[in-house]
Amino acid sequence: MSAPTIPAPRTGYQRSTAKGSNFELAAWLFMRLSGVLLVILIFGHLIVNMWLGDGVHQIDFAFVAGKWASPFWQIWDLLMLWLAMLHGTNGVRTVILDYAERPATRMTLQVVLYIASLVVVVLGTLVIFTFDPCIAGADFQFCPA
Amino acid sequence: MAENTQAAEPASKIDLPASVGGEAGGIPSFQVTAKIARFDPERDSEPHWEEYRVEMHGTDRVLDVLHKIKWEIDGSLSFRRSCAHGVCGSDAMRINGRNRLACKSLLKDFQKNPTDPVEITVEAIKGLPLEKDLIVDMEPFFQSYREIMPFLITSGQEPTKERVQSQADRAIFDDTTKCILCASCTTSCPVFWTDGQYFGPAAIVNAHRFIFDSRDEGGDMRLEVLNDREGVWRCRTTFNCTDACPRGIQVTKAIAEVKQALLTRTLA
Repeated sequence: MSAPTIPAPRTGYQRSTAKGSNFELAAWLFMRLSGVLLVILIFGHLIVNMWLGDGVHQIDFAFVAGKWASPFWQIWDLLMLWLAMLHGTNGVRTVILDYAERPATRMTLQVVLYIASLVVVVLGTLVIFTFDPCIAGADFQFCPA
Repeated sequence: MAENTQAAEPASKIDLPASVGGEAGGIPSFQVTAKIARFDPERDSEPHWEEYRVEMHGTDRVLDVLHKIKWEIDGSLSFRRSCAHGVCGSDAMRINGRNRLACKSLLKDFQKNPTDPVEITVEAIKGLPLEKDLIVDMEPFFQSYREIMPFLITSGQEPTKERVQSQADRAIFDDTTKCILCASCTTSCPVFWTDGQYFGPAAIVNAHRFIFDSRDEGGDMRLEVLNDREGVWRCRTTFNCTDACPRGIQVTKAIAEVKQALLTRTLA
């Protein structure tokens, strides 16, 4: 008869098995770098849109159409969209990991977060690249009559 | 049985004239109300507060309050203490909402005037499984500590004399050699409270002590351990650990140095 095995009073804490992954390091570094870039991009955006020229009163369809006619502002806005969305998504991811205790809650909240971010990023990118200033009612000289 | 009629030994065996001794320079005494979180695993499902009133002196510490309660009022009160002088790190507890060592917390630091009544709340440190009253299961804490390999790792022949180190090299990790493993920092960390999977400040501090030791060769392995999902990257720099450390270790700074070492190792 073998000796009875006495179970450990508490199961030990299990570490993640994904060794050698630099994902968390990259995420941490990305937050710092994108943060610095976003300060420049967002303040540039605010100054050009709301301060120079007629200030907030200049913003209308024509103003946006005029900006997006230039590749410079397309790339500016694209960068701002991507960096802000990835920065924000990673921030909310860390908040979920810090505050959600049950694995199922964590998983659910993260799935919702990633789907929402993906929709915004895809939709935003699509708008920037397929923007057509010549919609009904737009009165620009380059639009076909 | 004979009644014990022996008089208490006087404080001083020399008769002091009233003009010399007296109240001047005497130690003030005051009333202490101690609210202590009690938990008996055989009866309670959750800890509850119990109040004790004791007369204490200006030279007493929170640990003396606990002793007085345990020895004179309620012997069932359980807490850990060993050296009682801030060296062993056994009596870390949450006193008035902050993690401190009971043996290093003077009662007079909780009052404005020397004779004011003092109110203290004492509970077990948070984030570790509660066993009884002020005693928690330290196993998860020490498991993290073991995982970062807190011992000298070298290669090659053992030297025939001591391993020489310059004073400048020693100074790099001097701060983190002071750790007494009381768990005040780790159990004050909000990230650790969530699920207890985070390595915690204490493990990182003790890894730092060897990573930056010029005589040690296991730094790379320890950095690899702390590059984990639950490693240094979960630190949110709330500085709770630095505030809690009874040894005054700049814990958050040490964690930042480990982060920096990981970054330079990966990117350079």
